[in-house]
Amino acid sequence: MNIYGVMAIYKFEMARTKRTLVQSIVAPVITTSLYFIVFGAAIGSRIDQVSGISYGAFIVPGLIMLNLLTHSISNASFGIYFPKFVGTVYEMLSAPVSTLEVVLGYVGAAASKAVILGVIILITANFFIDLKIAHPIMMMVFILLTAVSFSLFGFILGIWADNFEKLSVVPMLVVTPLVFLGGSFYSTDMLPQPWQTISHFNPVLYLVSGLRWSFYEISEVSVMLSLASILVFMFACLGVVYYLFKTGYKLRS
Amino acid sequence: MNSDEKPILRIKGLNKFYSGGFQALKDINLEIEKGEIVALLGPNGAGKTTLISVVCGIVNPSSGTVSVDGYDIIKDFRKTRSIIGLVPQELTTDSFETVFNTVGFSRGLFGKPPNDEHIEKVLRSLSLWNKKDDMIMTLSGGMKRRVLIAKALSHEPTVLFLDEPTAGVDVNLRKDMWEIVHELKAEGVTIILTTHYIEEAEEIADRIGVINNGEIILMEDKEKLMAKLGKKQLILDLCDRLSAVPESMADFELELSDNGLQLVYTFTTQRDRTGITALMDDLKLEGIVFRDLNTTQSSLEEIFVNLVEESS
Ligand SMILES: Nc1ncnc2c1ncn2[C@@H]1O[C@H](COP(=O)(O)OP(=O)(O)OP(=O)(O)O)[C@@H](O)[C@H]1O
Ligand SMILES: [Mg+2]
Repeated sequence: MNIYGVMAIYKFEMARTKRTLVQSIVAPVITTSLYFIVFGAAIGSRIDQVSGISYGAFIVPGLIMLNLLTHSISNASFGIYFPKFVGTVYEMLSAPVSTLEVVLGYVGAAASKAVILGVIILITANFFIDLKIAHPIMMMVFILLTAVSFSLFGFILGIWADNFEKLSVVPMLVVTPLVFLGGSFYSTDMLPQPWQTISHFNPVLYLVSGLRWSFYEISEVSVMLSLASILVFMFACLGVVYYLFKTGYKLRS
Repeated sequence: MNSDEKPILRIKGLNKFYSGGFQALKDINLEIEKGEIVALLGPNGAGKTTLISVVCGIVNPSSGTVSVDGYDIIKDFRKTRSIIGLVPQELTTDSFETVFNTVGFSRGLFGKPPNDEHIEKVLRSLSLWNKKDDMIMTLSGGMKRRVLIAKALSHEPTVLFLDEPTAGVDVNLRKDMWEIVHELKAEGVTIILTTHYIEEAEEIADRIGVINNGEIILMEDKEKLMAKLGKKQLILDLCDRLSAVPESMADFELELSDNGLQLVYTFTTQRDRTGITALMDDLKLEGIVFRDLNTTQSSLEEIFVNLVEESS
């Protein structure tokens, strides 16, 4: 195992964030605050309660999921896409690092950043509402698994993408709609049929539901189902990553 | 595995087809000894970069085997890649990293524990030490090239590939480069470089290879190559027309040209004695007077151009 290699990639990726501190920390704090002001305070004051809790509190897990997903994907995809784009990837390809080590470095860094972001949002939320977390360990498990899985997904996206458009189209056209339609900011039983049923085909619903359960013990699907679905997704991504490197897909000609 | 007699690089029956079917390397067989400096020459698109990329693990071979220090580049990729350093042809660097950090990054990536002294040594030898905290994007092209060299040397490789290290580089850096190459050779590093500058190959290589259309059409000791193909001619412009070369001078195998007004003596500089002094003495004895003399030599450049033309 090339530990130094993994650490080098990890440190490099984390340093990239440090250079863009404002963008990576201040920005999410501001957007989170905006969500609470607009949805929590302004609109939320008219929505009495959802599933027995205040609207402001209800949206916290959804908000965390939204940020985890988008940032895991964008961090990991950009991290590997950029070296391909400028050509510095030659060094990684000629280095004594295995697939697993490259993935550990890039995905580890992207997931770490996403988790830190999740914690920042949690702290920010605490200023606006009275946070109660029923199962803190399960909450961390969900946050970690989501960050890792979607960083893996982002990594795949970054390898697959051969231009900037492809890089941004998936998060924009696929991920964001799924998050918004996945019950992040409402309970799907507020939807009319057939949308309620259709919603259950949305994988993000399972993530949000699981995370929300760890906060308030309310969920739309069983927690075990949530956990299972995120694990399935993670292993599917791992499989794809393994295949990509095995064949050198889009990296080695 | 690691024995001194074994070639450090052994390539057997290597073929490379790029997707699309283009064959960039055709049955390459090559052995390079430890500590050698080998220069690869060849026109654009000959396959030099492809060959290097296969050995370094950037391009997958289609068939054939490559071993470095006795280790297979695919089965034992960790072993082979950790002893190889590569300076790529293209100037590809990060932008926002500092010089010191990017070199440290390379060292880590290649599996070596941090060693600031080594990095300092490398940076100093490349006159980059005073730029160590500068962002790479603020450096000039030649400086970036130096950074790439520093990155390649960061993990103390014993085999170094330099893909056109002096393309677009000023005279100073070129001289620096040559010096570094000689120093590395003294430390026992094997160096394989590609270049379009023939004088560069003449200056630093022990062996010279020529690639054209994906084939190695020549691989020869530089000295032997120069001796075999690098003949020199002494041309004497005579004052008086000569009808025939005097019998007494038959040993010199002189040729008479320009209607007897020119004597041409072919010799090689490789021997200790060229026979020029003896020739001069004999000319004096025979009373042959000349008004002018000059020498010509086929340079490596001519040799190279002829070879490539023949093979195409
Ligand atoms: N990724 C690729 N896909 C398809 N063809 C390629 C690829 N890379 C190189 N080639 C082709 O392979 C041939 C050899 O290219 P290579 O870069 O090895 O040449 P070279 O000898 O290094 O040339 P130069 O002196 O210009 O650097 C060229 O015809 C090139 O077009
Ligand atoms: Mg080339």
